[in-house]
Amino acid sequence: METKYAVTVDDLTVAYNYKPVLWDIDLSIPEGVLMAIVGPNGAGKSTLIKSILGIINPIAGSVSVYGKPYDKQRKLVAYVPQKGSVDWDFPTTALDVVMMGTYGSLGWIKRPGSTQKKAALEALEKVGMLPFKGRQISQLSGGQQQRIFLARALVQNASIYFMDEPFQGVDATTEIAIINILKELRKAGKTVVVVHHDLQTVPEYFDWVTFLNVKKIATGPVKEIFNDDNLTKTYGINYKVSVQQ
Amino acid sequence: MSSAQIEIQLIASLVAVACAIPGVFLVLRKMALISDAISHSILPGLVIGFFITHDLNSPLLILMGALSGILTVVLVEYIQKTKLVKEDTAIGLVFPALFSIGVLLIAKNANDVHLDVDAVLLGELAFAPFDRLLINDVDLGPKSVWVIGTILLITLSLLIAFFKELKVSTFDTGLATALGFSPIVLHYGLMSVASVTTVGAFDAVGAILVVALMIAPAATAYLLTNDLKKMLILSIIFGVFSAISGYWVAHWLDASISGSMTTMLGLVFLVVYLFAPNKGLISVVYRNKQQQKEVQLLTFLLHLNNHKEESERHINHLNEHINWHKVKAKSVVELAEKNNMIVIDNQIISLTEKGKVFTEKAIDYIITNDDSKIESMKKDFFLFRG
Repeated sequence: METKYAVTVDDLTVAYNYKPVLWDIDLSIPEGVLMAIVGPNGAGKSTLIKSILGIINPIAGSVSVYGKPYDKQRKLVAYVPQKGSVDWDFPTTALDVVMMGTYGSLGWIKRPGSTQKKAALEALEKVGMLPFKGRQISQLSGGQQQRIFLARALVQNASIYFMDEPFQGVDATTEIAIINILKELRKAGKTVVVVHHDLQTVPEYFDWVTFLNVKKIATGPVKEIFNDDNLTKTYGINYKVSVQQ
Repeated sequence: MSSAQIEIQLIASLVAVACAIPGVFLVLRKMALISDAISHSILPGLVIGFFITHDLNSPLLILMGALSGILTVVLVEYIQKTKLVKEDTAIGLVFPALFSIGVLLIAKNANDVHLDVDAVLLGELAFAPFDRLLINDVDLGPKSVWVIGTILLITLSLLIAFFKELKVSTFDTGLATALGFSPIVLHYGLMSVASVTTVGAFDAVGAILVVALMIAPAATAYLLTNDLKKMLILSIIFGVFSAISGYWVAHWLDASISGSMTTMLGLVFLVVYLFAPNKGLISVVYRNKQQQKEVQLLTFLLHLNNHKEESERHINHLNEHINWHKVKAKSVVELAEKNNMIVIDNQIISLTEKGKVFTEKAIDYIITNDDSKIESMKKDFFLFRG
C-alpha cells in the first residue's frame, strides 16, 4: 500500500537577511504519525513550521498539504504557537482565546455564535480547563496557558496539528496530560507535528522523528532512525553517553 | 449654554470617541508612540494638499494628511527592518523629519493662512463653530461635526465588521496568519483609520491632544477591565468625560480648551491608577501587604499542622524556631485567633477544625491552582483571588 502524505515540503529554503536558516529541505510527513522535530537552538525548527503555515515566506521551495497549497487547505491545519509569542496580559478570558480557534472556519466578518461556544467549552473540558473558562489569561499558570493553546487547536477540528514546543515550561502533570491528548489525536487518525526539545522523551512520546539543523539530517520512524549516529550528526557532539535507549 | 458651547462639546466628544477606538488597539499592540508620530507627520501632507486645492476644508487635505501618516508607518517599519536601530529610534528619526518638512513648507509658502504651527499643535476648538457647512444657504452646523462624524461612522462600521479579526491579530499574529486573516492588511487598516482620525481631529484639537485622546483613555481603561469590549466602552466614556469636563475647566479658567482636556485626561488616568480595584496602586500595595500577612498565617498554620508535639506549639516557639520577629509573630497569632483557626490553651497553640480545613484547602490550591474548592474563601483572603 502506498503511504499517504499529509504534508510534503519540497526544496524549502528560508533566509533571514540573506543568511539561510533552512536550506533545501525535502520532507514528507506521512498521514497519522506523531512526529517530533528535533535539533539544536537555531536549527530552524520553528521556522520550518512557520514556513509550512505561511507565516514566513520562503525564498525558494513549496509546501503542499494533502496535495494542495496550504492556503487552500487552511481548515485542515491547526497551529499551536510558542507560548511566549503572545502577550498574556491581553484583556481576554480563557474561553475567548479558545474561541479564536473557530475563527478560521468562520472566515472574515462572520461572528462566533453558540455552536462555536459549545465547541470551545468541549475543548476546554478535554484539556481539563473547564473550571477556568472565565479566568483572565494572565491569571493562569504556564501549564494552564499551554493547555488553553492546545484547546484552541483542538477546537479547529483539523487533520494536521503543528505545535511549537508545547512542553516548554509546563509541569509534569501538564506534560502527561498534553501527550495523552496528542496520542488520542493520533489514534483518531490525525497527524501531529511537534517541535520538541527533550531528547530523552522522544522514543516514549513519538513514533516518527525528523532531525533538523538548517539542513534536514534524517526523517523516519523513531525505532529505525533515533540513534546515536543521527543525534551526533544533528547536534555535533557525541550523544552516546547522554541518551539511554 | 449657548449653541456654540453645545457645538464645541459635541465636536470634542465626537473626536474623543473617534480617537478612543483605534487608541485601544494601538495600546494593546504596544504602538502608542506611532500615534504620536502620525499626529506630527501628517503636517507635510496637509500643507501639500492645501497648495493643491487652496482650500483648508477640502477632503483632499484629509487624504494627503492620512497618506503622509501611513508613509510614516511604512518608513518606521522600513528603518526598523534594517535592524540598524530599534523601533523607538526609528520613530524618533522619521516623524520630526516629516514634521519639519511641513514646518518649512508653511514658513516658505503659506505664512498668511490659518495653517500655522501653533494651530497644528494645539488646535483651536473655540473657532470650530464659526466654520459652517452651508448647502443652498441652509446652515447644517459646523463642518467639523460632519468631518469627524463621518470618520467616526466609518471607524465604527469597521470596528463592528472586523472586531474578531482585529482581536485575533492583535493577540496572536501567528495564529491570525495561519487562519488566513492577513495581519498586514489589518495592520495597515488600523494605521489608516488612526491616520484619517488624526487628520480629521487635529484641526479641532491639535496634534498633541489627538495623541492624548488616543492613548490616555485606552491606558486608563486597561487598568479597569480584562475584557476587550469593556475596554473599548470604558475608553470611550473616559474620552468623552475628559473632553466635556475639560471644556468646562477651560471655560472656568479662561484657558486653552485642548490644554484643559489633556489635563483632564491625565487626571482621570491618575485617579484610576491610584484607585482601580485590582491594578490600582493603592489596591496593589494593600493586597501585597495582606498577602504577606496571609502567607505568614499559612506558614504558621502549616507548622501547627505538621507538629503534634507540644514543644513545637508553645507560643514562644514562634520566635525561636520560625525565627520571626516578636511583633510579627504576635500579629499572626492574633490574626489566626481572630479567625477562630487556633485555640491557645496554657500557652500551647492548637489548630481548630476550621484551621485544619483551611490549611489543607489552601495547600491543595497552591499545589494544583484549582480554585473550585476554595470559592468560599476567596472573599476573605487575597491569596486565593488569583
